[in-house]
Amino acid sequence: MKAPTPEEVTALVRDAVDSCEGRHAIAWLQCIQARLGYIPQEAIEAIAGRLGVPAATVYGVATFYHQFRFTPPGKHHVRVCTGTACHIRGGQSILDEWRRRLGIREGEVTADRRYSLESVACVGCCALAPVCVVGETVHGRMTPNTVGDLLTRYALEDEREERGGE
Amino acid sequence: MANEAFERRAAEARRQWSLERSGDPPLVLVGTATCGRSAGALATLAAIREEAARRSIDLRIVEVGCLGHCYAEPLVVVYARGAEPVCYSRVTPGIGTAIVRRHVAGGEPVVEHLLGALGPSELFPSLADLPRYGGETRKLLARAGLIEPTRLVDALANGTWSGLARALDLGPERVIEEVRRAGLRGLGGAGFPTWRKWSAARAAPADVRYVVCNADEGDPGAFMDRTLLESDPHRVLEGMAIAAFAVGAVEGFVYVRAEYPLAARRVREAIEIATREGILGERLLGVGPPFRIQVDEGAGAFVCGESSALLYSLEGKRGMPRVRPPRSVERGLWGRPTVLNNVKTFAAAATVLAEGADAWASVGTGTSRGTAIFALAGKVVGTGLVEVPLGTTLRQIVFQIGGGVPRGRRFKAALIGGPSGGCLPEATLDLPVDFDSLAAAGGMLGSGGLIVLDEDDCMVEVARYFLEFTQRESCGKCTFCRIGTRHMLDLLRRITEGNGSLEDLDRLETLAEEVRDGSLCNLGATAPNPVRTTLRWFRDEYVAHVTEKRCPAKVCRALIRFRIDPDRCAKGCEICVRSCPVQCIDNDPHTRKKIIDPERCVRCGACQAACPPEYDAVARLSPRDTPAPGESRREGGTP
Repeated sequence: MKAPTPEEVTALVRDAVDSCEGRHAIAWLQCIQARLGYIPQEAIEAIAGRLGVPAATVYGVATFYHQFRFTPPGKHHVRVCTGTACHIRGGQSILDEWRRRLGIREGEVTADRRYSLESVACVGCCALAPVCVVGETVHGRMTPNTVGDLLTRYALEDEREERGGE
Repeated sequence: MANEAFERRAAEARRQWSLERSGDPPLVLVGTATCGRSAGALATLAAIREEAARRSIDLRIVEVGCLGHCYAEPLVVVYARGAEPVCYSRVTPGIGTAIVRRHVAGGEPVVEHLLGALGPSELFPSLADLPRYGGETRKLLARAGLIEPTRLVDALANGTWSGLARALDLGPERVIEEVRRAGLRGLGGAGFPTWRKWSAARAAPADVRYVVCNADEGDPGAFMDRTLLESDPHRVLEGMAIAAFAVGAVEGFVYVRAEYPLAARRVREAIEIATREGILGERLLGVGPPFRIQVDEGAGAFVCGESSALLYSLEGKRGMPRVRPPRSVERGLWGRPTVLNNVKTFAAAATVLAEGADAWASVGTGTSRGTAIFALAGKVVGTGLVEVPLGTTLRQIVFQIGGGVPRGRRFKAALIGGPSGGCLPEATLDLPVDFDSLAAAGGMLGSGGLIVLDEDDCMVEVARYFLEFTQRESCGKCTFCRIGTRHMLDLLRRITEGNGSLEDLDRLETLAEEVRDGSLCNLGATAPNPVRTTLRWFRDEYVAHVTEKRCPAKVCRALIRFRIDPDRCAKGCEICVRSCPVQCIDNDPHTRKKIIDPERCVRCGACQAACPPEYDAVARLSPRDTPAPGESRREGGTP
């Protein structure tokens, strides 16, 4: 995937900040993340300007909450559940395996921007533990080995998509 | 009067509801709450729709919430002509198609996939006969999974909003008196008497008051608030409206966790419908004072389950708790008196007003009246939600209703209340679970998360896991919580890695007390609970870690190794080799049996899980230098 140019980012941010006007900083940030997938530096400054508070205040709010990301997510955003039920059923091994396969840690994106990794506290599917979520799809009863299967599957899907696009 | 007009409306709804459930046309309910979806309910739903369309059957298909039987998802309920309503479990798309073909069109229930009949039945076992269902007392979950969550007809036909109608007739003071007589206490875990909160907010001098619903279910292992909001949102809104009427608030907020998008969506939809139908909004039920509700989504911070932090977060600020008093009922949201209750408490308040205080007070024990919902997960057969009278024993919940520990393993402990709670060992199984007995045993009812551990779980590791969670979630305001939990986590890491000493155990105990006493809010004050309770009941496991470098449950990776028993290994089988994520399993050149290279092994356990049970050749050994029976020192000596 190609990264957008700085000019494109600036235009996207301006557009998102304009259309997201929220009751307060959290609502505003949530709206921007829903549109852009992350919170760019420019957005924080723009929101601070509109709210009439220092950028540090908005930055303080944004970094306090786990929901906000400051880097764009990959094409496939992988969230590994680290809730209690998943943990006692081997969730750590699943997270380790994603790290090993992708060569990144939580909060990072692969160099080709295809995958990003995150750990989350409970997605509420405790009966299917251990669980990970790729994009919007929940994959239950994971084993370290099925991480590889999923990667193959998404790689095939991407390949098909790219071929179809040509 | 509010009651007469309302009663006409409810009677009409009941008529329509029973007509819909006559089986003509047939009615199919598919549970599509989050848990059902993750088990594939949406694919099942699509298959049922497709098959009905293909056969051009006049069929009403409704998406409902969750029955609480997560282990049996996806669940489908069928009302068809000529047969009593039944519930199917583990309905894959293929089974869904078969249900339409054989049951709906053919009139013959698909018996092999039946969970049970909804009501009493001559032909099939009834759901009430199943210990997992019949052992429960459902008050708050009574409608979950059986009604269309946001539809008003379904709500009215099942008694929702009738509590508000009664409240409007009683007047604010008698509403609070009714809640007092019911003995309702905060079901978010703290157990504070609800009526006291309400009467304090009513008495506080102010022009504006607020009602806030805490749906920031932060315990990573509890999901009953989510289920209630996804399955029966009108009942929760009704409770908020009753509270608002009692304290004189005109505005309310539902603060939903960001990780629960479906719950937020269904609550918003229910608010919109109730407002459109004149139940909420300008005049409650068309006759009462105004009350509007809006939904705010949290942004992922465990500490925001704490009252003052939650209110700051609603204001758009960092969610950091403040010194109390003043309490939220005096100075809460934007400095105004605020009633902040948990999802379950509001649902219970509505139940109390609808069914009367006596009905609620008639179940429960001592000063803990009514029911509580537990989210049963971990090493237990019947995972899901369980609603029982307060005072039910842990043994009844885990073994009688939950079906016990799977695969014949031995029960070790139950983790109750998540990161703020503690562990309860086998010796406490007959303890009645209520607010006061749990506090006495060093635990806390808390969130109602109930995770069962068996002999394969390490208590030190579990304590480390919870500390890692609370340490990460500490907001950083209080030094003892910010730095103390970090020190405790470092000690626990050291112990699980085999580098701990006996003095570390004493240090943990001292720190646990200091963190508890030196923290402003309950996040810090209860963070040491998992450590304190595991040290109290399972000190021998800690000692084994530090003195023998041995993990008795063979979990802590630094203290174990995996070995394939050559006598059990079936040489032709390659399952473990293919399961290994790091390719560390080789063939012995002579015997073709498999050997694990301990240098490359990451000790994930995948080979052990993959090895077919008839061979069961992979073993865990701890400490790492333990020679296996029949193994030479040379082969085993790789610490």
